Amino acid sequence: MKKNAMALRSLGIIGVAAATLLTMSTVSGAAPKARGTASVIKIGISLSLSGDFSADGIAYKQGYQLWAKDVNAAGGLMGHPVQLVILSDASDPTQVVTNYKTLISTDHVNLVFGPFSSLLTLPSAEAVSRYGYAMVEGAGGAPSVFSANLKNVFDVTLPVAFDLQPFAKWVKALPSATRPKSIFYVTSNDPFTQPVVDTARSMIGSSIKSVGHLVFPSEATDWKSIADQVATAKPDAVVLGSVDVPTVSAFMLAFQQMHYTPKIFVCTAGPDQGRAFTSAVGAKNADGMMVPNSWYGGSVNPMSKRMVSEYVTQYGGTASGVNADIAEAYSVGQTVAAAVKATGGTDNAKIMTYLHSGVTIATVQGAVKFNSLGENLSQTAYTFQWQKAGTAFVQVNPVGDKASVAIEYPKNAWGK
Amino acid sequence: MGALTDGVLTGSVYALMATGLTLVFGVMDIINVAQGIFVILGAYLSYTLQVHFGIDLFLGLLITIPTMFLVGIVIERAFLARLKGPEKTAMSILVTYAISLVIEGLLNEIFSVNNVQLSASYVNESFKLFGIYLPYIYLDGFLLAIGLLGALYFMLYRTRFGASIRASLADQSAAALVGIDVKKVSTICFGIGIAVTAAGGMIFGATNSFNASTSYDLISRLLTIIVLGGMGSLAGALVAGILMVTLEDLVGVLWSPVWSTMSFFVVLIIVLSLRPQGLFGKQSARVA
Repeated sequence: MKKNAMALRSLGIIGVAAATLLTMSTVSGAAPKARGTASVIKIGISLSLSGDFSADGIAYKQGYQLWAKDVNAAGGLMGHPVQLVILSDASDPTQVVTNYKTLISTDHVNLVFGPFSSLLTLPSAEAVSRYGYAMVEGAGGAPSVFSANLKNVFDVTLPVAFDLQPFAKWVKALPSATRPKSIFYVTSNDPFTQPVVDTARSMIGSSIKSVGHLVFPSEATDWKSIADQVATAKPDAVVLGSVDVPTVSAFMLAFQQMHYTPKIFVCTAGPDQGRAFTSAVGAKNADGMMVPNSWYGGSVNPMSKRMVSEYVTQYGGTASGVNADIAEAYSVGQTVAAAVKATGGTDNAKIMTYLHSGVTIATVQGAVKFNSLGENLSQTAYTFQWQKAGTAFVQVNPVGDKASVAIEYPKNAWGK
Repeated sequence: MGALTDGVLTGSVYALMATGLTLVFGVMDIINVAQGIFVILGAYLSYTLQVHFGIDLFLGLLITIPTMFLVGIVIERAFLARLKGPEKTAMSILVTYAISLVIEGLLNEIFSVNNVQLSASYVNESFKLFGIYLPYIYLDGFLLAIGLLGALYFMLYRTRFGASIRASLADQSAAALVGIDVKKVSTICFGIGIAVTAAGGMIFGATNSFNASTSYDLISRLLTIIVLGGMGSLAGALVAGILMVTLEDLVGVLWSPVWSTMSFFVVLIIVLSLRPQGLFGKQSARVA
């Protein structure tokens, strides 16, 4: 009897804990109630609201919510209010599959949006394809996602393999007198980062002497000894295959402690996370840090400007501080909205046929047009850099593009 | 040489964090899977004192260590003291996991999920010794860890209260029979176990950016350390903490970082197959 009472008490504690977390994270994602008699269009999403990808997961949640708010304010999708049903996957590839099954089988959502990261997108897309659902997503651009040959995957963002191409072209084209003499490639073995770094390495080739190529496990939590190896080689340029802010900040701290400042420091992800990045590393340290992406807060795209303005009004900060994840999530919503309107409903088979038809859809990230694999090759890869003591996040590549400004090269010393 | 130094300096801080875990298990038979989130809570307390009150990270420990001690006392009295019987250890995992989830949710609400890092001039600075850059923060962290571990050792082996703890570690029933208030010892032990996370959290937060979710990575490492060192053993936590980080760093430098984490687990499996109780653990099960 006592044992049962203790078990019940413990279960009660866990129940309270789970309820508290749900209240804090999931319920805040609830959409406005249906207005009038129009039925609600339920959209199921699994997001990493805790775990390794939590910063990106929360940013994605904000992006999806911003889109839903705008859609509902404009009368909904074909007159039906949109309701987001968001479950947390704790950044776990197993939990994300469970979540999508729950969303489809139990919550009976009409549509699904993608999770964050290629690591979670692939298993989710495979799972939802069995139910005949389309998965439009913004953060599953790794080659491994497309090589699965799934017919239901649509990535609104440029495939990651293209990310560092403008950077590679620029650095190769520098006059030999100013071109970096040495370069170090160091990357996590994540499905997103490795193809990006490998492409850059292949493009740069022997035009810059490679003094090192290190691959570290994605589950690494202590990067100091790896960063020390890079700093000891004292390369002019460093290409870091990173998935998040903690990895980048650990390398930056180790470099400072080793009294080493690379002339170029480009990372595959981390510096694109706006305030989430500068708050972790300090704005002055952020100066000169480079990152590829296909969108930034200063984009001149009118839809993007409007979204950024709304975001800043709602969450504060500046355009430079807006996380690129927001635009990716918002673009997913816009793409699905266009498909629903074009097909006249939420029939996923019709939506997939429509998205495979070669139609071009305008989003905050620019044009979206899918090939047979679900890749969007219509966008341009850019390189961005933090400048002005880490207060401005600006486009620096491709050189010659009207929105590109001069690259800060060589990078200023840390904290300057 | 640099990897060896990094390993010893960083490993000692992990050992300090793991000490609380192993002490609590040794005395109370409780596996505190919330230890990772307590480390992060300690880091956020230092962050708050620094950002909002301008208090130096090390000076702030005079506030955060007693605060975390009190947090530990309250949690022990409110939740853990009620756990009894043969399923106490298993139930403690569930209860401390629930506590961990609640604290994680609260931290996310208060501080958001954006990563932060503790900053001070000595965090970025280093000095050169025999051709190796030694960051002040790692050296300070090492000295702090050794100092606190030394203080714990002194308390355990040179004080009357320490004798009570050791008696409870050996046999709770026998300790109670000779007049030791085992409940009180358990409560204070849990408080101490949580108090050390304030120091560990401060050093961790100064050398890594973190948010509440970072606790998941931490707890897996801390549990591994105490399993290798022997559950309940302070010396084991120290040796295993340093061994884990040093081995990972050396393999990363001499071979490849890809194998660094795996190499430690290979050592763990070998040690456990030869000594299932861990490096310094006791072979016989303790009588509850």
